[in-house]
Amino acid sequence: MELSKLPGFLLRRGVKALVVILAIVVCNFLLIHAAPGDPASVIAGQSGAADERFLQQLREQFGLDRPFHVQLWIYLKGVLTLDLGFSHRQQQPVWLLISERLPATLLLTGAAFTFAVVAGVTLGTLAARRVGTWADSVITVIALTFYATPLFWVGLMLVLFFSVWLEWLPSFGMASVGADLTGMAAVLDVGKHLILPAATLGLFYLAVYARLTRATMLEVADQDFVKTARAKGVPEGQVIRRHVLRNALLPVITFAGIQAGQLVGGSILVETVFAWPGIGRLAFDALLARDYAVLLGVFFCTSVMVVLFNLVTDLLYAVVDPRVEVEG
Amino acid sequence: MSDFWRRFRRNRGAVVGLVILLLVMLLAALAPVIYPGSPWDMATAPFVPPGEEGMLLGSDSLGRDVAAGIAHGARISLMVGAVSTVAALLIGVTLGAFAGYLGGVADDAVMRFTEFFQTIPSFVFAILLVAIFTPTISSVVFAIAVVSWPPVARVVRAEFLSLRSREFVQAAEVLGKSRIAIVLTDILPNALSPIVVLASLMVASAILLESALSFLGLGDPNLMTWGFLIGSGRSVIRLAWWMSVFPGLAIFFTVLALNLVGEGLSDALNPRLARTRGGPA
Repeated sequence: MELSKLPGFLLRRGVKALVVILAIVVCNFLLIHAAPGDPASVIAGQSGAADERFLQQLREQFGLDRPFHVQLWIYLKGVLTLDLGFSHRQQQPVWLLISERLPATLLLTGAAFTFAVVAGVTLGTLAARRVGTWADSVITVIALTFYATPLFWVGLMLVLFFSVWLEWLPSFGMASVGADLTGMAAVLDVGKHLILPAATLGLFYLAVYARLTRATMLEVADQDFVKTARAKGVPEGQVIRRHVLRNALLPVITFAGIQAGQLVGGSILVETVFAWPGIGRLAFDALLARDYAVLLGVFFCTSVMVVLFNLVTDLLYAVVDPRVEVEG
Repeated sequence: MSDFWRRFRRNRGAVVGLVILLLVMLLAALAPVIYPGSPWDMATAPFVPPGEEGMLLGSDSLGRDVAAGIAHGARISLMVGAVSTVAALLIGVTLGAFAGYLGGVADDAVMRFTEFFQTIPSFVFAILLVAIFTPTISSVVFAIAVVSWPPVARVVRAEFLSLRSREFVQAAEVLGKSRIAIVLTDILPNALSPIVVLASLMVASAILLESALSFLGLGDPNLMTWGFLIGSGRSVIRLAWWMSVFPGLAIFFTVLALNLVGEGLSDALNPRLARTRGGPA
């Protein structure tokens, strides 16, 4: 893409992202009102036994006795100024709770994503170069297996194998309790705790990326420019790296954007299994306590994360592939 | 039909999948006969390992039979998978047909709506829906349907877009057939094969989604499900590995079977595609 078109492209995508975020806020608002019972008690995160003075305060704050569109406007204004409400259970603003937990989730999803892309593309390339051999079949079987396995169960099985039976890796938390490590030792400690959760979350996407890379590499390998490169006498390794793989990676980027939402959803399950202190774990605790304010906040924040990630992949795609039309 | 069956049979994985699926259905159908009584009742001492005291797959922390739980859970998993897929198909086919047949502004609006649902983290949304509408079997089915229809709408729209300009549709229009009749009797039957393939894969992912929800404690509290069994085995995994291993295997084989059947259906319904592609893509 020509660089001069970039600002316009960014603007259009930015507006689109903003519309999606607005729609998510409206969606949250509608859910609060669709829930059975008093909207004030939904916002308070408890049904029935709530403190009447607090409920009254909420009714005033959200204008719950005023017309519907005024209520929507109040809610919208609140969320867009990052006021995600107050968790009555934890006696803290929802935004604070989420921002405390965000780094852990970003670390987990980032590690899992990197692992999935690197290992998946490598395996997919191997499978494509050895079509029909046993290595190809093994990779296809692995992919089919992880397609059909519940994420949380994979996590439990890894715990059973690596923590309970082999006692190699810790099975819960993000750092050793009471160890008080500093510097390099602390980093290594977190790294050790990260291996199992990141592997659990990454294995499914590894399978997805391996299959995707294999399929697109086979497709690209048939095209004329690859044959030309071979005919010119370009070494085989270079043909694979520079001509085939580079083009085959484009769908992987697209897919990474599409899958972002599922990666975030998966992290709720993985964080629950491994007691990883991220927003997934926060959502699970909120679920047990029926703390709806936190749940709505988590839904909003994860959606925003996905929208931002999509924006980045769109941009990356447009920069990497000069053929992409920047319209729309 | 015999042609269809011949092509389906050529995919060995699909036949294996079909056999597994039939076995799971048999288990679900016979659950009240093999394990009469409620799967919630105590059958023996707690934490009996598999194979001892007549417990084929061991017992859980309250002395309940894990095998009975799996057999009864099969009914719920298959039922939730099927019903929520039908519901998602109803939403997706309606919206997709609407967008693809009318085109223009309607198409644009429906596609933006679909994109929105594809962007939001669907599992988080499903959790939110079930939590807010309180966990019951119908809220679980509803939540799964709400997050699974977008791919259907896309596929149906694409099929309708290409079919509506075909001659047989134009002929029907000239004959003065009503639009609804054209959509239902002329276009839809010709768009069925991709819908069937998609549906089989959707049942599989619905079963996975249901198990994840009940693992988090969002299942119907009155129904025994596979996800619930794994969830209750999670905290005692050091003590009783069988409580989480066997229900997980049940999910794995059922979902794998459905995926294999889906691939077989795809081969059998789109013979041209099956021959040209280099393998499962």
